[in-house]
Amino acid sequence: MTHPYLALTDADKAEMLRTIGVSSVEELFRDIPAGMRLGRELDLEPALSEQELSAHLGELAARNVDTTRELSFLGGGIYDHYVPAVVDAVLQRGEFLTAYTPYQPEMSQGVLQSIFEYQTAICELTGMDVSNASGYDGETVTADACYIAKHATGRTTVVVTEATNPQVRQVVKTYAPGFGLEVVEVPHRGGTTDPDELRQAAEGAAAVIFQQPNFFGCLESAPELAAAAGDALPIAHVDPLSLGVLEAPGRYGCAIALGEGQAAGNFPSYGGPHYGFLAARQEFIRRMPGRIVGETVDTAGERGYVLTLQTREQHIRREKATSNITTNQTLLALAGLVYLTWLGPQGLRDVGETCLALAAHTKQRLRERAGVELVFPDQTTFKEFAVRVGRNARDVIRDARELGVHPGYALGRDYAGMDDVLLVAVTEKRTPAEIDRLADVLAEVGR
Amino acid sequence: MKLIYEKSQPGRRASSIPRPEGLPEPEVPEGLRRAEPPRLPEVPEFELIRHFTELSTRNFGVDTGFYPLGSCTMKYNPRVNERLVTLPGFANLHPHQEEDGAQGALELEWRLQQILAEVTGLDAVSLQPAAGSQGELTGLMLVRAYFEDKGESQQRRKVVIPDTAHGTNPASVTMAGYELTHVQTDARGNIDVDDLRGKVDESTAALMLTNPSTLGLFDENIEEIERIFHGAGALMYYDGANLNAVCGISRPGDMGFDIVHINLHKTFSQPHGGGGPGGGPIAVRGMLEPFLPTPTVISRDDGSFGLDFDRPKTIGKVRGFTGPFGVFVRSYAYMRMYGPQLREMSEAAVLNANYVLARLKDAYDLSFDRLCMHEFVLSAKSLKRDHGSTALDVAKRLMDYGFHPPTIYFPLIVPEALMIEPTETETKETLDAFCDAMLAIAREAAESPELLKEAPHSRPVRRLDEVRAAKNPVVRYGFAAANPVAAEAPQGT
Repeated sequence: MTHPYLALTDADKAEMLRTIGVSSVEELFRDIPAGMRLGRELDLEPALSEQELSAHLGELAARNVDTTRELSFLGGGIYDHYVPAVVDAVLQRGEFLTAYTPYQPEMSQGVLQSIFEYQTAICELTGMDVSNASGYDGETVTADACYIAKHATGRTTVVVTEATNPQVRQVVKTYAPGFGLEVVEVPHRGGTTDPDELRQAAEGAAAVIFQQPNFFGCLESAPELAAAAGDALPIAHVDPLSLGVLEAPGRYGCAIALGEGQAAGNFPSYGGPHYGFLAARQEFIRRMPGRIVGETVDTAGERGYVLTLQTREQHIRREKATSNITTNQTLLALAGLVYLTWLGPQGLRDVGETCLALAAHTKQRLRERAGVELVFPDQTTFKEFAVRVGRNARDVIRDARELGVHPGYALGRDYAGMDDVLLVAVTEKRTPAEIDRLADVLAEVGR
Repeated sequence: MKLIYEKSQPGRRASSIPRPEGLPEPEVPEGLRRAEPPRLPEVPEFELIRHFTELSTRNFGVDTGFYPLGSCTMKYNPRVNERLVTLPGFANLHPHQEEDGAQGALELEWRLQQILAEVTGLDAVSLQPAAGSQGELTGLMLVRAYFEDKGESQQRRKVVIPDTAHGTNPASVTMAGYELTHVQTDARGNIDVDDLRGKVDESTAALMLTNPSTLGLFDENIEEIERIFHGAGALMYYDGANLNAVCGISRPGDMGFDIVHINLHKTFSQPHGGGGPGGGPIAVRGMLEPFLPTPTVISRDDGSFGLDFDRPKTIGKVRGFTGPFGVFVRSYAYMRMYGPQLREMSEAAVLNANYVLARLKDAYDLSFDRLCMHEFVLSAKSLKRDHGSTALDVAKRLMDYGFHPPTIYFPLIVPEALMIEPTETETKETLDAFCDAMLAIAREAAESPELLKEAPHSRPVRRLDEVRAAKNPVVRYGFAAANPVAAEAPQGT
């Protein structure tokens, strides 16, 4: 019987083989040496029907404890923000979902215009001049920015603050040897980075990378850090949902602004697929990695959009390309555009203010009701903050989860001396009642 | 069509954000507070939906029609997979969730690794790379780590790439810090083994090869190539872009390759999303397993699944977490729907390609007259010489017949290239309609070439001026027309 995803009948096959001039499908593979053929069936479980498949995957999904089954204060780079229904509606349009990179612009004006609109939104958010069409995630776009900085400055070190997301630092370090770059880390002092210390480290460096808000949720003195970069390119790794309330990196002198787009319009999805955004000042436009869409006109003089500046890219420039990226994260970036359109400027500010207010409220309640201590009491935070829970945070997480609450991320996984520290994230989805529940649970298991 | 920004009016919005009562005032220190709000669109929800619905109608996907874009494997993307990724246990699962709260996800990842190991004929898999090109880069990092471990990294600086390779291959080589060695193609479309022999020695780190190649041809010299590289102590990297030709028929591991990347968005049906997301897992021989990215997904003796971060020889991390999980859900579902019948998938892809080739090869030029695998490359060089019609013109004219054009001007060694990959999921009627259109266009080129030159005639826009776009790049909306105040603002802020 024909597989549901295939179409050729026996009669079709016979006629096609006749046209080709061979006697069997087997003969089509005659160029493959006999010793390299599998010669047996693939050792895989038998094919499932769609109904059986749905049951199987449903069973696997049910063995995950997701944020609808457990009250979650997990963040650490991926956040449980609300994703509106309009995002799902747009992404399920097959014309977007099942198209590929718009190499043929006349077939792809929908994707091209949406990328142009996305680029505009990212430039507006970050205060930059040019955005690409997306990178894989917040980690890899940071590595991409290091490649830009290496070639723009000809220098061989990049400085990254220790208060930057540990996974971002790990990915930068993985890429760096191939780029011929060394990575220097600058420690945090009481939850934020000391501009003077950063200034010293930045001497002779290609770039300085910091995160705002940083991995501890604290607000860095971002304009001072950007200024401390000196001749090195200041690169800000930012939370898109903070940019309704926090200043745009382009307004305080950054050369490049980038980050993880998940919080804006994507579900957590166990880590992906999401999108990384990357925007820069005009002078870096020809060093940007990946796709960029530009405006043009057709032969009738009507406005339209095309992939542009392709001489930067691997399919033209090959070994001299600004990156090897081809497939990017266009669909997830489209989700980002739809989400930012849904928010509008006022909605973006509202989300930011609700996060700020709820997080401040949570800090207060945790101190009052659970008696936990803030690790960085003097710092202003956005939607995330670190608390000491009196004993190993991983044990606290285990015990709290027994009570149906995931209280946050164990910072001891990445930072020495923080085994008893939890990073607590509070998005606009959390309610005061849920926050009280967290306080009660931490009061019970936190010491 | 207007941009969403041109439909914006101050005071409109689609969202409402809850703000519980009794919270402290949101405070941001003076110097860090946003001064000017970003000019995001201000539209009501129904205008948002209408805008993006209209945009979608100006786009063409596999759901719209035949999309034989060579080397991209534009196959049908089953709808059940889109439903499955939205299950709350998948969509709302936080990647920092503890292992005991993510057993379903970890088991799915582990099972996917097992399937990919069997399909590629290799021992160990990392799902982490985000796409094919990142799989390549990761593979080259493994090559470097392997030779560093053997004390040969200083000596082995070169990676060999044939002239038919995707542009990602040389770009990845540069990003990994290696030097390129180019090797030519012989008269039958295989790697030129005579050219190769003089270029592979103890300074060679690896070969990167797509097999079948971007010409859609299985390299008939692969056994000899394998002897040359492994004889010199070098590794062999398989670019899995064309794996759709050989699933269940011949495995890269059995061909001698040591590292393979798999494009989940090609062979295993992750929808291409207008450019992404993709998935680029890599499979390797056992000796390379210690170097795989961290964490790896493991199965424990007690039947549970976990993440192994304790990997002293790892190259590190190449992206966040364990990789693009939603892509894994779709590709795992797709492979479970086929099971061992994946072979039928590849057979149908190769049969379809050969059928279209057989019908078209007299009307267009064919550089290498052999049976093809899952795709083939025609040339419009005679049309250009005789009638002035280029591959670009043919591509644009195909749009008028309702088809997405093939990949054009690639691979680079074929002039006026038209690279056609029908994939397995087409009816014979569709293939015939496409062939009829291609034959009609070849006739039109002779009889009324202006039909090609002026094409497309039936799309929302006419032919677009790409040179103009690149000469004076406008890569974001200027806001000037919509907002005269902004027009007077200083430039470049």
